Amino acid sequence: MVPSASGLGQSVGVSDGFELRGVRVEGVARPRLDGIDLDLPLEGITVVAGASGSGKSTLLRLLNRLDVVDAGTITWRGTPLDETDVLLHRREVGMVFQRPTAAPGTVLENLRLAAMDLDEESAADLCLLVDLDASFLDRDATELSGGEKQRVCLARTIATGPAMILADEPTSSLDPAAAETIENLALRLARPDSPMPVGWVWVSHDPGQLRRLADRVVVLGEGRVLAEGNALDLASHGDADVRRAVGGER
Amino acid sequence: MNEPLADIGLVGLAISGILIGVALVLSLVRRLGLEKDLLVAAARALVQLLVVGFALRIVVDDDDPLVFTWIWVVFMALVAAWTVRRRAPEVPNVIPLSLLAFTAAAVVSLGVLFGLGVFEPTGRAIVPIAGMMVGNSMTATVVVARRIVAESRDHRDLIEARLALGLSSQDAFAPHLRDALRTGLIPQIETTKTVGLIALPGAMTGLILAGVEPVEAVRVQVAVMYLVLGSVSTTAAVMAIGLTRGLFTSDHRLAVTDRGVGTGSTTA
Repeated sequence: MVPSASGLGQSVGVSDGFELRGVRVEGVARPRLDGIDLDLPLEGITVVAGASGSGKSTLLRLLNRLDVVDAGTITWRGTPLDETDVLLHRREVGMVFQRPTAAPGTVLENLRLAAMDLDEESAADLCLLVDLDASFLDRDATELSGGEKQRVCLARTIATGPAMILADEPTSSLDPAAAETIENLALRLARPDSPMPVGWVWVSHDPGQLRRLADRVVVLGEGRVLAEGNALDLASHGDADVRRAVGGER
Repeated sequence: MNEPLADIGLVGLAISGILIGVALVLSLVRRLGLEKDLLVAAARALVQLLVVGFALRIVVDDDDPLVFTWIWVVFMALVAAWTVRRRAPEVPNVIPLSLLAFTAAAVVSLGVLFGLGVFEPTGRAIVPIAGMMVGNSMTATVVVARRIVAESRDHRDLIEARLALGLSSQDAFAPHLRDALRTGLIPQIETTKTVGLIALPGAMTGLILAGVEPVEAVRVQVAVMYLVLGSVSTTAAVMAIGLTRGLFTSDHRLAVTDRGVGTGSTTA
């Protein structure tokens, strides 16, 4: 069966997730992230919202170590990120991108990118988990619809047994039905009683989606944290940009 | 060697110039506008090769020390590296990488041919063999280098998706590296397959014209073809590996991100 990494490296008294302190990433005209302090707990779904260019994608790339900070520190479960083994870290904190990126080959081959000796039975289980039936395993992944591809990408990420998944607007290129499937999957996996509980940091442009998913919300603006809290409270926040991001009153 | 059959002399050379006239007439009659280009090309070929010919006299003279020969070889490699740069300007560090690739190919191929006594290590053998090695490798080097850069640019999403699954940068880029190497090597393999059926290769033609027995010429030609295959593979591999290392940082990130050349940890 697919291994579960939740519980790995856990120790008493340290933060069970990400801790960002004074995180800065330089950009061309202005910093992409400008001194971020943020705690991202492992449990539930944290939705990151904010206008284009507010630093949402940069934040996610940092957490997967596809990018590095220019200043400040990030710790994962109490260990500074630059002291963790980058390849192991990426399996513990997976990432799903905005555009579905299926590799050439069958769905099974795609899943085996993540877990080399995955047997067909476990692969079929993974497909079922993302609402694809087992007949998909032999299909060419690059020929699937956008929604199907994105579910294959998600299954591929789950195959690494992550404790947390970073999702960068994973439904923005999908039709509403496909988006709903993926949202439901995230909600299901985020439940503590799920067979393999996964925490999510989910970037979204869509206030409706934010309200459906978020256990907590972080709103970014121009590389800074504008607000964090629950969606209801933020709907009446003093800053209009925050209210807009969560779909609150104008 | 037999009596040279191909000593054409200055008169012979002048007469062969008539053939340029054929091309000139075609250009004039069909108004191709290529007369000036044709004349310049013909004149350049004559002058360049005459200069090379006189220089080669020093380089291949069995009485002169081999140092001139090696200076010639290094010069060829430098010109080739510069040519690679001109044909693949978008490739980072292309000159040092090309030189490294040509050096590796020289060590491997000249090492086998001269080290194991296939040819005598004289200027007369080293210069043309190194020339064929560098000349043929150049094209493959350009193709592989350009393809790797294009792959890394066009398939960023997929490469980063593989990295995000915990694959090492080597594994994440492996399919693209394979494509680039295949693209570089396949033309040479095809040429090797059809040699003799479609065209008679240059070295052999030259030897036969110069009076060498055809079967003897064939032996030399086959050794040359193997040399070319070996050196094309070596240069392509060195270029590919060198270039790929530069694409990623030591902590398995793409070195060139959408915010410019990689920051933070040093490149490998």
